Amino acid sequence: MTMQSSRGFHLFHFAAPNTFYPLAGRLAPWFAGLAALLAALGLWLAFFVAPTDATQGEVYRVIFIHVPAAWMSMFVYLVMAFWSGMGIIFNTRLSALMARALAPTGAMFCFVALWTGALWGRPTWGAYWVWDARLTSQLLLLFLYFGYIALTEAIEDPRRGDRAGAILALVGAVNVPIIYFSVKWWNTLHQGASVSLTKAPSMAATMLWGMLIMALAAWAYTIAVALWRVRSLILERERHTDWVSAELDRQGARP
Amino acid sequence: MNWNSWAAFWDMGGAAFYVWGSYGVTFIAIVAELLLVFRRRRDTLTRLLRLRRAQGGRPAAASPDSSD
Repeated sequence: MTMQSSRGFHLFHFAAPNTFYPLAGRLAPWFAGLAALLAALGLWLAFFVAPTDATQGEVYRVIFIHVPAAWMSMFVYLVMAFWSGMGIIFNTRLSALMARALAPTGAMFCFVALWTGALWGRPTWGAYWVWDARLTSQLLLLFLYFGYIALTEAIEDPRRGDRAGAILALVGAVNVPIIYFSVKWWNTLHQGASVSLTKAPSMAATMLWGMLIMALAAWAYTIAVALWRVRSLILERERHTDWVSAELDRQGARP
Repeated sequence: MNWNSWAAFWDMGGAAFYVWGSYGVTFIAIVAELLLVFRRRRDTLTRLLRLRRAQGGRPAAASPDSSD
């Protein structure tokens, strides 16, 4: 398996499972390493550089995982919906596998956002949980992830499972803007956005940097894990092909 | 530097349960996901190798979606 690097780079070249599989295997460790470096830098900023918050004290340091996890949980769902749409329109084999590979990681970040939010809410609001619009729509996102995973795993015929999952992913994507704008549309206990494109961030620069670097770490982590996971999905799906057979020979020959 | 001692660091101004409860569970979730991903890889390879050996070294039987 050699990369076609001569005479023009074709992005669609990598849309074929047999060329994407080795590419994913080569890229994943780099993204994992990048995630580890960014997380180390982000955690150092979070605990040793960012000052104590004037009103909340130290408990605000939950923000450095809470906000990146919440961003990631929404973004990953949108990417899943994107790949689902691509799969339906172009009938490409890899698209649905990408969506499937992203779902568990999105669910993990969604859970982390809810968990850290609960532990932050208790000392600041006096409650682990309230049924306000932001929290409720984020909980719905977790159930959408679970629903997607359960649906795609339950359907025996893989291509039918892909299509059913794609429809759920696309319909459920409506929930993402609802989560994001819930703090504007409804009078929520949850605070408004600390960072937005339209106004200056309402936090100290070192806090902001810590949060953004942790968000980049979450991005790199997601890419690495999704690439590793999609490799297993590709092998499963393409098991009847000669190239998987050759790959199995290589893996089976290993001590 | 925010902390005068390691004890102060671990105490997090009295918010240790909430801060370390958040970071700890996040860490566990990430480690668990990584373990599951690598176990899935190993299980997939084992299963497909066994499947192929059972069919005499040929690629696994073509499934209905093999035509595309």
